[in-house]
Amino acid sequence: MNKVKVLKKGRFNAALFSLNPEFLLLLFIYLFCIATYTSSLYFDEVPPILMRGIQPATFPKGLIVLIAFLNSILTYLYFTTKTASNKNLPRIFYKTIFGLFVFVFVSHFIDLFLALIIFSFLISYWWGEKNILLILSLSIIFPIVVFVLFEVVLGLRFPSGILTNLYYN
Amino acid sequence: MTENFLYMLAPIMNGKIFLILLLGTLFGLILGVLPGLGPTTGGALILPFTMTLEPLSAIILLTSIYCAGTYGGAITAILINTPGTPAAAATCLDGYPLAQKGEAARALGMATFGSAFGGIFSVIVLVLFAPILANIAYEFGQPEYFALAIFGLTMLASIGEGSPVKNLLAGAFGILLSTVGKDIMTSVDRFTFGVGQLTEGIGFIPVVVGLFAISEMLVQSTLTNQIFKRVAMKAVKLPTKEDFKYCFKTILRSSGIGSFIGILPAEGGTVASLIGYSEAKRWSKNPSKFGKGAIDGIAGAETANNSATGGAMVPTLALGIPGSATTAVILTGMIIHGLRPGPDLFKEQPEFLYGIFGSMFFANILFFIMGFFGAKLFARITLIPSRLLWPMIFVLSVCGTYSLNQSFSDVLLMIIFGVIGFVLRKFGFSVVPIIIGLILGQLVELTLRQSLVIFDGNYLLFFTRPIVVTFFVLSVIALSFPYLKKNKQK
Repeated sequence: MNKVKVLKKGRFNAALFSLNPEFLLLLFIYLFCIATYTSSLYFDEVPPILMRGIQPATFPKGLIVLIAFLNSILTYLYFTTKTASNKNLPRIFYKTIFGLFVFVFVSHFIDLFLALIIFSFLISYWWGEKNILLILSLSIIFPIVVFVLFEVVLGLRFPSGILTNLYYN
Repeated sequence: MTENFLYMLAPIMNGKIFLILLLGTLFGLILGVLPGLGPTTGGALILPFTMTLEPLSAIILLTSIYCAGTYGGAITAILINTPGTPAAAATCLDGYPLAQKGEAARALGMATFGSAFGGIFSVIVLVLFAPILANIAYEFGQPEYFALAIFGLTMLASIGEGSPVKNLLAGAFGILLSTVGKDIMTSVDRFTFGVGQLTEGIGFIPVVVGLFAISEMLVQSTLTNQIFKRVAMKAVKLPTKEDFKYCFKTILRSSGIGSFIGILPAEGGTVASLIGYSEAKRWSKNPSKFGKGAIDGIAGAETANNSATGGAMVPTLALGIPGSATTAVILTGMIIHGLRPGPDLFKEQPEFLYGIFGSMFFANILFFIMGFFGAKLFARITLIPSRLLWPMIFVLSVCGTYSLNQSFSDVLLMIIFGVIGFVLRKFGFSVVPIIIGLILGQLVELTLRQSLVIFDGNYLLFFTRPIVVTFFVLSVIALSFPYLKKNKQK
């Protein structure tokens, strides 16, 4: 019994003062519930004859309440159960996330095809491949193959961009 | 009857379909061998490409990937002690120790035989039970379908992977996602925030590819320093007469266990293989050998996970309730091809369904042949470094997701769901319930609302229907099962 109390106390303090990521996730879920519930308050209402059982907002509202309720169980379990702490994520992970940002930016503002080449190159390099010639050729050849496959075989038209326009023109 | 049998032969009678079956099996084996991929992620990746195929060919491609991918996981489990798929985790326990003793060929032989036997057994179960279940479901009204969908979702809590509460929360989140867009019954916008693309709702493909492929890429980014050591092997050996005699009861038992677990909504090969393995140990003449290279341990786990494939297709095809993560992807494939699985499909398109049954039967034979002669070659695929493999998978994911609506918003959505999937997985959530929730969401809401129209808004009238009450009772059992199990263990 004493042991449980000690764990409870230790966990509670840690959560309060070190902003444990698991605790932050639970908080985020509560915030998500508040935001979505508030948003559901603004759904249009339909007259009783058209509402088909319940108003359009009722079902999502019920789900949000259920999510909040399940999250409260998780919050209770968080404070009462000792769980293994999450290890810090390696640097490569953050680089990969940064790579995704680069991909979104380049594909949106410059060219999707170029973004794929840059992302493939960066990921291979950051993940440890040091043979530049190999990754350069792979990151160019593979997107070309996929591009041609989609374009020719599936009849897909990719969004316009610097490199894509060169191909289409 | 004869007609149905002929439909089952379609995959080998039609050259184009046979080629797709062959490619699907080969592709499934490769995906199964590669740790982190597997039939679910592979199926999600291939899903956009199936749009160019006819519905039967598309679903045959997905089901053959499912069958072969489930087996492929055993190759890496035995040779490098890393399960290619989660369903092969139990195979590592005895497969790798046996391989280390220089008996990798024997271990792989048993895994190949057990997997093929279990797979074929489960196809027979599928052929026998799916039409019966569909016939029963034909009598279902809206309230019964609502109760069935609720039962399917609560099953996520009972014996699914991970914490029951987290699984339920993820399932509820999946259903909430299905409410985004125009309300199907009143056309009222919900959670669209004025974004035009959201009025059509959230597409399955970006969510499925994001949650499985992109989140897995992020998981792999945290494992880049992992080094795989492969055990050397000459060729796969068929089980000897002694091994066969020793393991046959285990294989039969695991076939039954796997098929049964597969039939339960939301469960799949992973749970089946764990139960198959522990039952093999319980009934073994030498339980002390388990964990040190017991051949019946491999047979128990591998037979069970492959026999779950046919079992999981039973509720998927007969009721439209996915039996496992991969069948959720297959169900998504059916929906995007305009097919709605359920009893009507059995009446209206028997050639389609029996074609699928036949393709699963032949996929099991094909992977047996491919695995027997090519396991050594497939094992070499694991040597492809993840730093070269995952950028290629990303390229395929982006192009595949973009191809569906030719919309960059889908690609953005895929990346967002990839990050969400990673965060959830990091904190012990499974992403499978989100997919199942998203698939079942519309069914749950639609049937609830139609039932309320029938009942004139009186919720209590649900309890006047025996089938509904039965499903509700089963749901309560499913919800309380993890706690009952925990208390029993204490």
